Amino acid sequence: MAASEVPSNSPAVKPPKVATTVEIPKPKPESLKDFGVLGQSRFGSSAGVRVADNIFRGAMLVSALSIFGIVLLVLWELIQKSQMTLHQFGWKFFIGSDWDPVAGNFGALPFIYGTIVSSILALIIAVPLSVGVAVFTTEMCPKALRTPISFMVELLAAIPSVIYGLWAIFVLAPLLRNYVQPWLAKTLGWTGLFSGPPYGIGMLAAGVILAIMIIPIIASVTREVLIAVPQNQREGVLALGATRWEMIRTGVLRNARIGIVGGVILGLGRALGETMAVTMVIGNRPEIAKSLFAPGYTMASVIANEFSEASDDLYLSALVEIGLALFIVTMIVNALARLLVWSITRGTPARAHA
Amino acid sequence: MTLQRTLRVLFCLTVLAGMAFAQTTLNGAGATFPYPIYSKWFSEYHKAHGDVEINYQSIGSGGGIRQVTTGTVDFGASDGPMTDEQLQQSKVKIVHIPTVLGAVVPAYNVPGVSGEIKFPADVLANIFLNKISNWNDKAIAAANPGVKFPDQNIIVIHRSDGSGTTYIFTDFLSKVSPDWLQVAGKGTAVKWPVGLGGKGNEGVAGMIRQTPGAIGYIELIYALQNNIPYGSVKNSSGQFIKASLESVTAAAQGVKMPNDYRVSITNPPGKTAYPISSFTWLLIPQPYKDGAKGKIITDFLNWELDNGQGMAGSLSYAPLPKEVADKVRQTIKGLK
Repeated sequence: MAASEVPSNSPAVKPPKVATTVEIPKPKPESLKDFGVLGQSRFGSSAGVRVADNIFRGAMLVSALSIFGIVLLVLWELIQKSQMTLHQFGWKFFIGSDWDPVAGNFGALPFIYGTIVSSILALIIAVPLSVGVAVFTTEMCPKALRTPISFMVELLAAIPSVIYGLWAIFVLAPLLRNYVQPWLAKTLGWTGLFSGPPYGIGMLAAGVILAIMIIPIIASVTREVLIAVPQNQREGVLALGATRWEMIRTGVLRNARIGIVGGVILGLGRALGETMAVTMVIGNRPEIAKSLFAPGYTMASVIANEFSEASDDLYLSALVEIGLALFIVTMIVNALARLLVWSITRGTPARAHA
Repeated sequence: MTLQRTLRVLFCLTVLAGMAFAQTTLNGAGATFPYPIYSKWFSEYHKAHGDVEINYQSIGSGGGIRQVTTGTVDFGASDGPMTDEQLQQSKVKIVHIPTVLGAVVPAYNVPGVSGEIKFPADVLANIFLNKISNWNDKAIAAANPGVKFPDQNIIVIHRSDGSGTTYIFTDFLSKVSPDWLQVAGKGTAVKWPVGLGGKGNEGVAGMIRQTPGAIGYIELIYALQNNIPYGSVKNSSGQFIKASLESVTAAAQGVKMPNDYRVSITNPPGKTAYPISSFTWLLIPQPYKDGAKGKIITDFLNWELDNGQGMAGSLSYAPLPKEVADKVRQTIKGLK
């Protein structure tokens, strides 16, 4: 406040107030001329600085703590709103596999199973593909092709999921039913994973569509990480007589693996929570089947499907508890992923973090 | 100084907003099935009454019932009547006002069969119960002499999202098949004995089109607008009736209308009645919380009977039969 009282129209006159009240008058009045009022208010008084600093620190602290607040509030609301089923079914809710809204029987296991299996399936398909795309564009791609490929990958991320879902019903499912599933049944049918009538619609279709949706996430993160690997790593490995594949494996991928795992976790997060596209092709049948041809159901899907029409309280409570289950599963998966990162980082030289 | 300017701008905005809100806005929420006709009505009503705006959120019947019973909207809408339990739990008295009628049809994709397939009611139930699982089943052939059915597995497609359409269809199956009533029952979402779930009419229709051997149920309007083949269903008089505006209206005429309008008209008496039809209702809280808004709702309901019913046909909804419309008019007079 004191600083603003200095008449700005006569900066050449030495302002006595400033000289007496300001404790650290480091910048001389002559030099203040160049800063004008702005400079003076910036370096006003140490008390002002301290207050501003404290306000800033407080604001940042509040932002950081608000994350805890939000998470706890979500958890609290989920538990609060699912009281009815929590009481009625207890822990059996999470291991029960009957879902009958008319009779009022609710079990979440088929949905938990469907969510995890479809996401893992998506990762199995998407990770090798995305890493391949990233390695190709950073290591061996002709310059002219690099931009179009990156552009295409990012374009995939911009497509709304309902479009993916419709595309999957009209293009992907018939493709799977007529060509892929008969072939899989013939060659890998003995595993039991690929048996039963080929509907096209089902767990496999959900996994494939999820894979397509998470490829851009994993691929673009991996590409950024690969670019960040220092050039001399590559040159060093090549100088030791390594082939190109050996160079990429030991010099690039090994150094970038933490970043790649980070990208995979981001993709997994998307796959666990994805609703619309999955709902349209997974078949929405709350059953646990070994075959990937069979229809399944995910937690996000059942909430999206049934919430708007759930009119009685127990039913609503069951759906909220599914949300709670999704919350818990996501937390466990994230914790496992952290553990994975930690076990990879352990004993790795510091350069890996570069 | 900047604060002063901000305040001044805020003040101006508030004044502008106040002017914009000088007209009355009503909020409603509920069923998705009548959304096309409701949105047409509300926009036409707004054209005739410039100072009234009616917003309608098609969030589903369940949501509509919840919101109107807790008083967060001025009116609700539902495809299924509220249950006694729901009415008891409600904080306000709710009056059901039937608006239009709709039908649900069995649609299919049977390779080599292009014409209409006739479905006896018990056959339809047995297909959805997985007791009939091939198109060459004797029971289907017996009802369709002259049609050559392929040796093809039946793939049942049902709605995966909770929906009034499912309620109407399962209400019908529960009436015609004791087995169905016991195994699944009626509801906006049930435990399906067999089949794949598609999201929304478009999801079910898409799967039917893409899957040889598929059968599913969709709204009549949706089948008509998208040229999806659908079959006729045997009614309680033993006639095979295909859904149409006339046969749906006939279904409403055969049923005695109770005073609270909460009536199911599936499997009704009447030779020409299509058996899988239903009313859809507006849910009006009584007495009105806000007198001015209440006046508008009453006026709108009368307008809808006088001018709105005529618009129903063009959107493939059946208008109310005359005697029902007259009864509703009496009820509206009693609203306060």
